[in-house]
Amino acid sequence: MLATRIIPCLDVDLGRVVKGIKFKDLDNVGDPVEMAKSYNEQGADELTFLDIGASYKSREILIEVLEKVSEQVFIPLTVGGGLRSSEDIRRALNSGADKVAICTSAIENPSLITEGAKIFGSQCIVLSIDAKRQGNSWYAYTHGGRNNSRIDAIKWAKKGENLGAGEILLNSIDKDGTKEGYDLELTAKISESVNIPVIASGGAGNPDQMVDAVKEGKADAVLLASLLHYGEYTIKDIKEHLEKKEICVRW
Amino acid sequence: MIAIIDYGAGNLRSVKKAFNHLKQDTIIADTPDDLNKADKVVLPGVGAFGSAIEKLRETGFYEATYDWLYENKPFLGICLGMQMLFEESLESEDTRGLGIFKGKCPRFKEGKVPQMGWNQINIIRESPLLEGIKDKSFFYFLHGYYVEATDTGTVIATTDYFINYTSMIQKENIFGVQFHPEKSGQAGLKMLSNWLEIC
Repeated sequence: MLATRIIPCLDVDLGRVVKGIKFKDLDNVGDPVEMAKSYNEQGADELTFLDIGASYKSREILIEVLEKVSEQVFIPLTVGGGLRSSEDIRRALNSGADKVAICTSAIENPSLITEGAKIFGSQCIVLSIDAKRQGNSWYAYTHGGRNNSRIDAIKWAKKGENLGAGEILLNSIDKDGTKEGYDLELTAKISESVNIPVIASGGAGNPDQMVDAVKEGKADAVLLASLLHYGEYTIKDIKEHLEKKEICVRW
Repeated sequence: MIAIIDYGAGNLRSVKKAFNHLKQDTIIADTPDDLNKADKVVLPGVGAFGSAIEKLRETGFYEATYDWLYENKPFLGICLGMQMLFEESLESEDTRGLGIFKGKCPRFKEGKVPQMGWNQINIIRESPLLEGIKDKSFFYFLHGYYVEATDTGTVIATTDYFINYTSMIQKENIFGVQFHPEKSGQAGLKMLSNWLEIC
């Protein structure tokens, strides 16, 4: 049976892993190469690296990090943050990433999804959507959650699939870092309207919420950051809990 | 020396890195002549069957690969590289595969497509490739089409994703795996080192 993936996410700025709450208040938590190795040993199913510095220098450092990680860790690696062209995507893939996550640049230039899928294959183009609720709708935000694109997040997910994205990384800005649980309503709506895998992100505070993300949110994978970074739970704890609730996990 | 065939489709780097981690010398073969330097060949690949076969033909690798296979020399097809060993894909009906194994490659009709993530293998028969690997072990899969092998004698493992399909095949020294051993953690590295031992 296909297992639900548990994906640690490392937000990296100038070569250090940081974690903020609601995209702000950054807190330095560790070395990305060491953390990647440790999560791999704990049983992570994939790893995601997001360059939140998104300066030229920060991205160069992340490329070096990817080189090092991919020589020692043999599970899928995704990298995102500041990738604007197919040349940027090529560099990221050549450094050892298997997939790239694109967010702002996909909204500003949707043909980047199509172009990337055509050159490198849909399987490596992850459409990252930072969504924020307004009334009964959710809007896709750009620039690390700062600007509202006014594009409906659900419509954007469908369009992204049609343009060639192979997966959706759905991050709730409202829930990010709060530990209140994932935005289940949004996750379910998007998961049901596309036929590509959806990764739920933002808000994980305990393993029960991950069970909800899978059962109610219909997520194919869950992304985790602070919960793991601060050692509140190990990946093993989480997988044991999910398995108890009859969710297939990989051992 | 292991030659990893580069016909311009897909990311070969991770395959190379996994073999280098296992202390193996590798070359990225970008012309068919490079295969002369090797004693083992890996055909990787993701994406579409038709365009991959076309690229194999354009680069001259189709014939070189066919000859290699015909001589029963050590070979491993990964993902699309396994599918191309079959006769045809329903994805591209006009395109003939390498035809070493009998069967076709239809598209998944149920579930999210592509299948992306860790799934289990059901071991059908013993193979040196499975030495030290338990039944129901997880490997990383990423594919929208699957193999429907007509000659069940070549099947060494299957996988379940809405249907039960072939995920590992063997004919003497020629092996094919639908998943990505280079991205399947310890189990994947173990399988690659088994393959190195056999050949």
